[in-house]
Amino acid sequence: MKSVAARKFKDTLATWFFCAAEAALVLLIVCVAYFIFREGHGVLSWNFITEAPSDGMTSGGVFTPLIGTIQLVAVSMLAAIPIGVAAGLYFAEYSSGGRLADLLRLSIRSLAGVPSVIFGLFGLSLFVVFMHFGSCLLSAGLTLACLSLPLIVTASEQAFLAVPQDYRDASYALGATKWQTITRVVLPSAAPTIITGAILSIGRVAGETAPIMFTGAAYFAPDVAKSVFSQVMALPYHIYVLATSSTDVNATRPIQYGAIIVLLAFVLGVSAVGVAARAKLEARNGR
Amino acid sequence: MSHNGDAVLDKTDWTVKLHGAARLVAGKEAGPGGPGRGNKMKRSSFGGRGDLIAARAIFCISTAGVIIMAFIIMFLVANGLPALRETPLHSILLGFDWYPTEEPPALGMLPLIAGTLAATLLSSLIGLPVALALAVFTAEIAPKKLREVFKMMMELLGFVPSIVLGFIGMQILAPALQNRFNIATGLNLLNASLLLGFLIIPVVASLSEEALSSVPRELRDASYALGATRWETISKVVVPGAKSGMISASLLGMMRSLGETMIVLMAAGGAAVLPKSIMDPIRPLTSTIAAEMGETPVGGVHYHALFFAGLILMVITLAINLLSMLVERRGAQK
Repeated sequence: MKSVAARKFKDTLATWFFCAAEAALVLLIVCVAYFIFREGHGVLSWNFITEAPSDGMTSGGVFTPLIGTIQLVAVSMLAAIPIGVAAGLYFAEYSSGGRLADLLRLSIRSLAGVPSVIFGLFGLSLFVVFMHFGSCLLSAGLTLACLSLPLIVTASEQAFLAVPQDYRDASYALGATKWQTITRVVLPSAAPTIITGAILSIGRVAGETAPIMFTGAAYFAPDVAKSVFSQVMALPYHIYVLATSSTDVNATRPIQYGAIIVLLAFVLGVSAVGVAARAKLEARNGR
Repeated sequence: MSHNGDAVLDKTDWTVKLHGAARLVAGKEAGPGGPGRGNKMKRSSFGGRGDLIAARAIFCISTAGVIIMAFIIMFLVANGLPALRETPLHSILLGFDWYPTEEPPALGMLPLIAGTLAATLLSSLIGLPVALALAVFTAEIAPKKLREVFKMMMELLGFVPSIVLGFIGMQILAPALQNRFNIATGLNLLNASLLLGFLIIPVVASLSEEALSSVPRELRDASYALGATRWETISKVVVPGAKSGMISASLLGMMRSLGETMIVLMAAGGAAVLPKSIMDPIRPLTSTIAAEMGETPVGGVHYHALFFAGLILMVITLAINLLSMLVERRGAQK
């Protein structure tokens, strides 16, 4: 048996070790964030947001890529939310277990683990080549929709399961059918949580690069896409292009950091809204 | 006992009556699809035909996951296997030369596979200990208020796009490594692994923290009551209790790092050779696909070879995914 002092010393040592690890990580993040801000804040202005890239992407702003990213997010969410919510509804309200439900669950879970570049290959072969959409906003958006599907399914299933059983019983007792109960009772009470889940998956989708690289992201496009069948510039891919194939390194350097800041602000801003909304919902539901 | 049984019976009886009443009301409301037909339906106990149609539609839509998964595998196989016509399987898996655009093309993927495995291993060695330590800190040591802050920070950190990390590797870390170690290029295995390690910290830490938090309070109380210090309680009671959750989280982290594309594309250097030290540049499967797919004509040998690389990647990923599910199930059974 070790002495009490030795055990206490070990305990203090462990505590300090864990505190130091956490502090080191926080410090590292703060340093990197500061460095990026220091390099990029010079170009940040309202014009940087509202101007398209110009002069072979050595000057101008990030307007077209930013709008392109928003368009991609919109297309992907329009496709993924209805399908994802319906699938979540099935798992939570209709499925009674069994082999088939297990298979559906297994596939959703495997889908969540598929590398993003594989989604790119999938989007290329299904939407671009097989369905003849070509490399465009629609193909890239649908590819991103497939990628975000597991997130939305899981989020909406949790949302439906969190609706108290009493609500359903009360609705049935009033003579409502299952469909009426779902559309008028379960769905409205689950909606805020589902919307929160959707916001969080927007945060995930907006930063993805690999799935859109060969399905619809443009190296450069002079204008914002006006139809779903035209190529779009996207902020993450734009950053990649700026970093790897710039014609004038010194001129693009501040623009690179500026674009990074805009992307981070967009993604983290959207995610923070989602996280905060979820925290509020959980507090309201008393969990 | 008997009293209890009665109560249960009573409740079921009541529920049956209630549902019966509901069926009647619903039948009237549903009109033509009314009460008479309700008996024929097997799945939904009451409600009109509309209800059944809705149920069927919901089911059909929910198969989207399986369909997408099937399509992914089908396309990878259909577009990847033609590569075998050109080169036999063993010379793809064990060949040292990756010159897909030469005539004749050399499709040896061993350097790519080795690059993927090396980056995954090294990044796990770097990232997993940090992530698990952070999870322990957040779940067991941090005061309650700080815990919420850290959980939120971890979650937001998980949203940082990988392109940003790749950019940091290329523009900040690479020059730093190059100067510090006096090497030809800072874009190498170490650079990519550091960033991949950083990438997997949030997801592994969050999931492990959940596993640690779900260890019952009573176990900790019992340990403290026996006179154990906090560190003893953590290392001998809480962590063993959360082991399966933490292993599964680590496997998911490894899967993330294995499938990550942008970081290795930008920071790993991209030389298709077997890495001999951590300062050697590598070219993992993911970055090969991302870098070369844009420039290759649809349907050529190179195109098929890249899909075959995707197939290899997919097989490894699915294997790790299944393993993590198995670990979780084991843990749940205990």
